[in-house]
Amino acid sequence: MKRFLFRRILQLIPTLFIVAIIVFFITRMLPGNPAAVMLGPQASAEDIAAYSEQLGLNEPLHRQFFDYLGNLVKFDFGNSLSYNQPIADLIMERFPNTVILAISALIIAVIIGVPAGILAAKKQNTFLDYFITTFSLVGVSMPIFWLGVMLALYFSVNLGWLPSTGMGSLDNGLWDFLSHLILPSIALATIPTAQFARIIRSSMLETISHDYIKTARSKGLREFIVINKHALKNALTPLLTVMGLQFSNLLGGAVLTETIFSWPGMGLLIVNAIEKRDFVVVQNTVIFIAVIYVVINLIVDVLYKVVNPKINLDSDKGGA
Amino acid sequence: MSESILNVKNLQVEFKSGSIITRAVNGVSFALNKNENIGIVGESGSGKSVTATSILRLIPSSSAKITGGEIILNGRDLLKLSNREMRKVRGNEISMIFQDPSTSLNPVFTVGNQLIETIRAHKKLTKKEAKQRAIELLELVGIPAPEKRINMYPHEFSGGMRQRVMIAIALACDPKILIADEPTTALDVTVQAQILNLMKDLQEKLDMSIIMITHDLGVVWEMCDQILVMYAGRVVESAKVEDLYHNPLHPYTWGLLESQITESQDSHAPLASIPGSPPDLSYEIKGCPFVDRCPYAQDICHNEAPKLIEPTEGHAVACHFQTETEKLERRENAYINGDTIRS
Repeated sequence: MKRFLFRRILQLIPTLFIVAIIVFFITRMLPGNPAAVMLGPQASAEDIAAYSEQLGLNEPLHRQFFDYLGNLVKFDFGNSLSYNQPIADLIMERFPNTVILAISALIIAVIIGVPAGILAAKKQNTFLDYFITTFSLVGVSMPIFWLGVMLALYFSVNLGWLPSTGMGSLDNGLWDFLSHLILPSIALATIPTAQFARIIRSSMLETISHDYIKTARSKGLREFIVINKHALKNALTPLLTVMGLQFSNLLGGAVLTETIFSWPGMGLLIVNAIEKRDFVVVQNTVIFIAVIYVVINLIVDVLYKVVNPKINLDSDKGGA
Repeated sequence: MSESILNVKNLQVEFKSGSIITRAVNGVSFALNKNENIGIVGESGSGKSVTATSILRLIPSSSAKITGGEIILNGRDLLKLSNREMRKVRGNEISMIFQDPSTSLNPVFTVGNQLIETIRAHKKLTKKEAKQRAIELLELVGIPAPEKRINMYPHEFSGGMRQRVMIAIALACDPKILIADEPTTALDVTVQAQILNLMKDLQEKLDMSIIMITHDLGVVWEMCDQILVMYAGRVVESAKVEDLYHNPLHPYTWGLLESQITESQDSHAPLASIPGSPPDLSYEIKGCPFVDRCPYAQDICHNEAPKLIEPTEGHAVACHFQTETEKLERRENAYINGDTIRS
């Protein structure tokens, strides 16, 4: 286990280096001079030139890149020009909001998707199975920006039940907090729910055909135990993989959902930073998200071992 | 005559795939006596495993169906029990072990967990008591250091040890009947003998009867009192083991016996085999199911299905030419090299 963790943390370095290169050069390809964007249309050419000089935008590209890397190594995320605030503070302000949204979406997806998948597998080739399979196919192909807008339109505008923008605060009571959370987390949960249902269905079907399920039945166990203990634990590995990927996706900030519902999370932060050509914010936020990805993947790999005792994390052939 | 504890009468099992119906088991009957072992032999697809799994009603309900017959255990017809009542039979009154212990144990739970859950499914014991019982069971089946082994996963055991664990699970609730579906087929030859000896020992110790499904006649000679020869979903011959050994009556049984390798066999001599393959059971079979492979077949065999008759007490055979009036003579080497000699 120690060897495994050490190796994985070492692997983080090249990963982050490559991410840094990619984000840096992609942001530089964006059209428009950041100084001009920030100063606004009224700014004079002299002002823009002076501001560019101040931002270091006139330095050669490789100098800019190495300066950026140097700061990164020192864990110095720098300051945001558009927000006038240290970027580390910005991220720490937004990230918890994204975590809240991501976790609620994941909870919805697990609570609905997993039982639906189990049920579809248990009732294979019945109406219920077709119903669940069809719905999950619709779910995975759902355009989230459209679904989000429709949810907001119906539940906020037409029915007036739920707020359509912003994030509630627990200081205003639990309902204020929850009511703001419901629509975005439903929108965000749609694809993972459908995906979990599909994964669990197919891996349960595969598992149910194994001999040990026949053994479990031959021992006189209740069908509930046969399915939800013996089959499910074996069917969890593929779910874990997808769940890890989905969760890191969600934590990276659901750009569309956060934009539609003006949820003050990482996704919205990146979108705003791109609009304002606030390169440093974009770069450092993306690096932060990359770290989150790697950490979640690491956790998933450790969980494989919990689910499947055969996996040996320290061997080269094992789960890593 | 000893008391019979399980009576299978005219069992019929069909598999359905689309519009094709396959009669996997077609009128199988037998009685299992107390403290006796019965061996069911036959080639792949003869219906022996389906017969055995049907007793516990473990055939896949989506594709297979028991369409007729009775399975009487202690005066109750198992086919008429509710699922709940059936669960109390499984693992408690009748247990089963399977061919490949590496796939029949759940890889993600410790053997202790799998043992304890079986015990607690049928007996009102605390976790601690059940664990104690589980350790005793592992000791009983000859697993060294059971207190340690109980917390290990199946992949940490060898093939033979895994089958011992399976046996321990099967015996957890002192069943009166153990169904063993080819319990040694997936094991090394040296381990096979150990497992068979263990089963024999335990049978005497625990006072139970075994239904042994196998295609290895050697296992039957070793373990069983009765033998049932199955072919194409039917019983073609059934007898006491020594009767069948000394006086086999059905041409298919002759073929089976000839295709065994004996110690005295010349290592250069060709191995005997029964040419051809069993009939497709999704078609109605008009005559004897063995007719196409039988070196002794006559016209009547093609047109009329032979009934199971008992030419001598306790020895039944389904062949037109084993009646008192007509007696088939077994010929030397009728099956050698697949040369069918038709008369």
